[in-house]
Amino acid sequence: MADGILPGLVKGMATTARSLTRHAHTAEYPDVSPALPSRSRGVIALTEENCTSCMLCARECPDWCIYIDSHKEEVAPTTPGGRARQRNVLDRFAIDFSLCMYCGICIEVCPFDALHWSPEFEYAELDIRDLLHEKDRLGAWMATVPPPVALDPGSAEPAEVAAAAKPARGAGATAGAATARPARVRPARAAAPAAATPADPPAPDPSHAQETKTLPVTPPTSEQTQVLPTTPPSPPPATPTGTPPGTPPATPTTTSPEQEGRE
Amino acid sequence: MSPWLEAVVRAVAVLAAFLTLPLLIGQTEHKVMAHMQGRLGPMYAGGFHGWAQLVADGVKFVQKEDIVPARADRWVFRLAPAVALIPYLVALSVIPLSPTIVAATVDASVLLVLAVIGVGIIGTLMAGWASANKYSLLGGMRAAAQLVSYELPMVLSVASVALAAGTLSIIGIAEAWSPWWLLWQAPGAFVFLVAALAELQRPPFDMPVADSEIVFGPYTEYSGLRFAFFLLAEYAGIVVMSLLFAVLFLGGWAGPLEPWLGWVWTLLKGFAVAVLMIWLRVSWPRMREDQLQRLAWVWLVPIALLQLALTAVGVVMTA
Repeated sequence: MADGILPGLVKGMATTARSLTRHAHTAEYPDVSPALPSRSRGVIALTEENCTSCMLCARECPDWCIYIDSHKEEVAPTTPGGRARQRNVLDRFAIDFSLCMYCGICIEVCPFDALHWSPEFEYAELDIRDLLHEKDRLGAWMATVPPPVALDPGSAEPAEVAAAAKPARGAGATAGAATARPARVRPARAAAPAAATPADPPAPDPSHAQETKTLPVTPPTSEQTQVLPTTPPSPPPATPTGTPPGTPPATPTTTSPEQEGRE
Repeated sequence: MSPWLEAVVRAVAVLAAFLTLPLLIGQTEHKVMAHMQGRLGPMYAGGFHGWAQLVADGVKFVQKEDIVPARADRWVFRLAPAVALIPYLVALSVIPLSPTIVAATVDASVLLVLAVIGVGIIGTLMAGWASANKYSLLGGMRAAAQLVSYELPMVLSVASVALAAGTLSIIGIAEAWSPWWLLWQAPGAFVFLVAALAELQRPPFDMPVADSEIVFGPYTEYSGLRFAFFLLAEYAGIVVMSLLFAVLFLGGWAGPLEPWLGWVWTLLKGFAVAVLMIWLRVSWPRMREDQLQRLAWVWLVPIALLQLALTAVGVVMTA
């Protein structure tokens, strides 16, 4: 017999005896609920009040498992002689968890914090069609959403806390200008390409129709940049060459829920 | 008490022990093996730590369909579980828990036990032959080869204690036992334990039912209650072998405290041996067929023969 058999046999018995004296690793799941880590991705919960039916989540969803129906309502003017306003009313918000792949993009993309990760995971069904959950069920899961995890020590304070800690607008002219400036600058910067892109296609279309066909992937040449002198340098060269001439420009301002019908 | 009534009472007692002790061993195996592997084992059946798991298993087995393969040798196939099971029942009836607590007093009870245990393997062989399944046949052949190899060292080691005690009666051997035997008969005890494991086809000697090679060996085609009988036979075999080892090599009812508590000592020692068998199963890998045969013929038989010689010398010296 080869050497090491007896020590090996003894070692095997010692190992099993040692694990006999220790606690089992078994998770007694149905009896003892598991201690899930924070930010567990169990199910997606919806705060219906926060949803403006902007459809961002439904459009970004990689497998189109979010269904949103909404209609516009006229809101009577609050002051006499005022203008009646419209607002979106959410009729249906449903997530098909048989399609959902739990990527969390909808939650990331929601500008109004209407969607949240809930650690709840016990929603298995016997029929796959029963996994399509409407907004009442999604809203019920909001109760299980844990409060956000505390920030790391030394990290920057959250934006809303920082904003609340700042002096009020009317306190001083300089302070008010300082706070107002970034808010003012950002729409201006965002408006520049938005305003430029709808204006662009008519201008280069007749002359550059052939050029865009011949040079679809080449980096923008110096001639092209010269053709469009008015646009800012960085984004516009990509837009006329990258997008086909017929497609509408993808700007965030043009979506309305009625146009985005359910597929 | 009339002799007929007494016979019935004794038979019922043996049957009760035969139906409960293997379940106790099986449940112990469930739990001990689970905890040795870092698991919990059965936890639900019966409420408290799954104590009724094997009862539930039995109910399940009763409900299952009793399938006989189309090309099977029907009578042999159906008879095989009984042939495997009943020898252990007979063996259990002559194994004493104490000088008075024994179902049947037989003069040459060691001889009877050894002979009867050998019959049990025939059930396995019948199952392997009658199943019309190549794997079953292979398993049956392996079981037969294992029996042939390990019966000899087992008989030799038992002959050693019989020689030391000067009797073939199990009660007589246990009465003649003294703590000094633990050292004197140690090689024989080792041989007996290894051979018992091999006869029971327990890991590391479970080559006949090696599930990674031949499905479940001779029991592959069995289902329902007949399959359960084979499992019961295995665990009844553990009970028989453990008690036999406890009585022959560990002194049986010899122990401190009151003499009338001797049966408790026998049961405790037997239970310890059974736990050891479970422990070995969890710890060690399965032996290959050639290793298994080599162990029997190259190691166990010579050791058993040496033990026999040692015993003979000891008997002559002390006589």
